[in-house]
Amino acid sequence: MDSRTPLVEMKNISIAFGGIHAVDNVSVDLFPGEVVALVGHNGAGKSTLIKILSGAYKRDAGTILINGEEAQINNPRDAKKYGIETIYQTLALADNVDAAANLFLGRELRTSWGTLDDVAMESETRKVMGRLNPRFQRFKEPVSSLSGGQRQSVAIARAIYFDARILIMDEPTAALGPQETAQVGDLVRQLKSDGIGIFLISHDIHDVFGLADRVVVMKNGQVVGTARTSDVTEDDILGMIILGKCPPGAVPGPGALQVAA
Amino acid sequence: MTDVTSSAPPQGASAVSSNPAQRFLKATELDTRMLGMVGALAVIWIGFHIISGGLFLTPRNLWNLSVQSASVAIMSTGMVLVIVTRNIDLSVGSLLGFVGMIMGVTQTEILPQWLGFGHPAIWVVALIVGIALGALIGALQGYIIAYMGVPSFIVTLGGLLVWRGAAWWVTSGRTVAPLDATFRLMGGGPDGAIGSFWSWVAGFIACIALVLMLSYGRKQRRKFHFPLRPLWAEGFLAAFGCAAILGAVAVANSYPWPAAIVRRYAEANNIAIPEGGLFIAHGIAIPVLIAVGVGIVMTFLANRTRFGRYVFAIGGNPEAAVLAGINTRWVLMKVFILMGMLAAISGAISAARLNAATNAMGTLDELLVIAAAVIGGTSLGGGIGTIAGAMIGAVLMQSLASGMILLGVDTPLQNIVVGIVLVIAVWLDTLYRKRVK
Repeated sequence: MDSRTPLVEMKNISIAFGGIHAVDNVSVDLFPGEVVALVGHNGAGKSTLIKILSGAYKRDAGTILINGEEAQINNPRDAKKYGIETIYQTLALADNVDAAANLFLGRELRTSWGTLDDVAMESETRKVMGRLNPRFQRFKEPVSSLSGGQRQSVAIARAIYFDARILIMDEPTAALGPQETAQVGDLVRQLKSDGIGIFLISHDIHDVFGLADRVVVMKNGQVVGTARTSDVTEDDILGMIILGKCPPGAVPGPGALQVAA
Repeated sequence: MTDVTSSAPPQGASAVSSNPAQRFLKATELDTRMLGMVGALAVIWIGFHIISGGLFLTPRNLWNLSVQSASVAIMSTGMVLVIVTRNIDLSVGSLLGFVGMIMGVTQTEILPQWLGFGHPAIWVVALIVGIALGALIGALQGYIIAYMGVPSFIVTLGGLLVWRGAAWWVTSGRTVAPLDATFRLMGGGPDGAIGSFWSWVAGFIACIALVLMLSYGRKQRRKFHFPLRPLWAEGFLAAFGCAAILGAVAVANSYPWPAAIVRRYAEANNIAIPEGGLFIAHGIAIPVLIAVGVGIVMTFLANRTRFGRYVFAIGGNPEAAVLAGINTRWVLMKVFILMGMLAAISGAISAARLNAATNAMGTLDELLVIAAAVIGGTSLGGGIGTIAGAMIGAVLMQSLASGMILLGVDTPLQNIVVGIVLVIAVWLDTLYRKRVK
C-alpha cells in the first residue's frame, strides 16, 4: 500500500501469560507522520502489544523492525534508544518527587561532578511545561499534589522532551475533561506534522477516529482488521470491535470473523 | 492542558497575604516538619533539665548523649533508604554483633600473628575487614530480596537469627577483649575525642562549608533566573547554622577530662598541674564525627546522586521506575549493601566503646534503628524520608533513654514510655501529613 519503509513494523508478535494468549500473532506497522489508532475492548491486548514495543514486556515470538532494521528491545531503556517514548495509561509517575525529577527519571542531567543538576533539570522542565501548560507553576511540589490534567501534562512532557520519533499514547485522554482532550488532539496533530509516528490506544473509537489515519482493531489478542479512516465509518469500526466482523473497506487480519460465504 | 482544577497561585503572590511566621518559613524555605522535630527535641531536653534539677543540659550529659546516639544514628541513615524503597531490615542489630565480633577476632587473634602485637595498621585492617564483610552480607541479603523475590521482612528476619547465631558461634560465646588501642578511639572517651583545638577547626570548616553551599545555591538559582531567597533569609540561615555548629563545639569543649586522667596525662608529659586543676577539654568525640560524616555522605547520596533519586522513585512508584528504564533490582541490592556497611561501622563504634566484642552486642538495635527512622519522618509506605530526620530521631530516642536513667526511672517503665512515644510520634506525623495535603 505504501512504498516507504515503515518507521515501526511489528511482525507476528505473540506473548502469553500463564497459558492465556494476550497477544497472538499480531502484525502492525506505522509510518513517519502517521497516527495509527489501536482500538478494541478492554482486555483485547492493545496495552500488552504496545508494552512489548516500549520494552516493558518481553515478547515470546515475533520481530520488531525499526526503519526496516531488526531492533533488539528487551527493556524500556532499549526502546528509548530507538526513540520510542510512551505515555502510559497509568501515567507511570513517581508520585513522591517533583515534575522535573519525573521528566528526567532515568535520564537525569548531571553536573561535571557527576551529581544531579537539579537546577538545569528544573529550567528545562519550565521550558517544556511552558509550551504544554503555560499556567503550570508548581515545580517544587511532588506530583501527587497535582491535578489529573497537570499530571497528564507531566507525563506528556516526558515523552516529547527527548525527541521521540515514535510516540505511544495509551488512553491519553482517559483522565481529562473535554477542553484538555481537545488540547491533546492539537498536540497529536502538531507532532504528526513534525514527522513523528504515533500509536494511539483507546477503547473508545469516538476519541480517536478524527485523529487517526488508520485504525487497527484488536479482539481477544488478535487483529480483526486494519482500515484507513477514510475508507470506513465509525459504525464499521464498532462492528469490528464488537463482532469481529470485517467491513469491505478494511484489510482483514487473523482475528476476523470467518463469515460463512 | 490548562489546569482547570489548579488552585495554586503564581509564585510570590501568597507571600503578601500571609502572616509573618508563614512569610519567614517561605523566605527561608525551611522544612516545617524538621522544625517540628527540633522543637520536640528541645521540649524533651528542657523538660528533663527542669525535672532532673539541672542535670540534663550539662556539657557532660550532652557529650555522652552524642556518643551514645552515634551507633543508632549511623544505622538509621541506611534504614531510611531501606524503608523508602518499601522494604525493612530486621537484621541490622545481629549484623552489628556478628561484624563487631569478626572485627574483634581479627584484631586480637588473627592480625597480631601476622603483623605483631600493637602494629599501627591493625585497626585499619580490622575496620576494612569489617566493612567489607558488612557489604558482603548486605549484598547476599539484597540479592535474595531483589533478584530472588523473597520479601525483605522474611530475609532479614532470617538474618536476625543467622547473624546472631554466627556471632555466638565465632568464639563459642566468648567475649573478645581488650581491643587494639587505636581501634578503641572510635568508641569515644577522653582519648577518643579530638580535643578543643581541632574541634574549633572542625567547627569553623563546617561554618565555611555552610556559607559556601548557600552562596553556590544562590549563584545556581541566579544563573537559571529562578526566584531567590531574600538576602536577609540567606543571612539568617548562615548565621543560625554557624551559631548551632559553633555552639555544639563550645559544649563539647566545656566538658573536661576527669581529674585522674588529667593527672596521668600530666605525669606522662611532664606538665605541672596548676592550682585548681588543669582544664583539658574532650572536644568532639570521634564516633560523633564519624556519625556526622556518615550523615553528610548519606544526605549527599540521597539528594544529589542518581542512586538516591532512583531509591526515592522506586519507593514512590516501583512500576514507573521500571518503565523509566531504571534497574530497580540493582538499586535495591545496593541499598542493602550500603545498610550492611553502615551496620559494620556501627559495629566498630559499639565494640570500640565497650573495648570488647561480645555476642550480645547490638541486640534489639534493629528496633531502635527502625524507630529512629520512623520518628524521623520516614514513611513505612515508602517514598518519603530524610537522613537528617532519622538522625534527629535517633538523638530523640537516646535523649528519652538517658533522661529517664538520669531521673532514676525503672527499666520496665522506660520501655513503656519509649513505646508510647513511638506510637504518638507516628500518629502526630500522620495528622501533620493529612493537614499538609
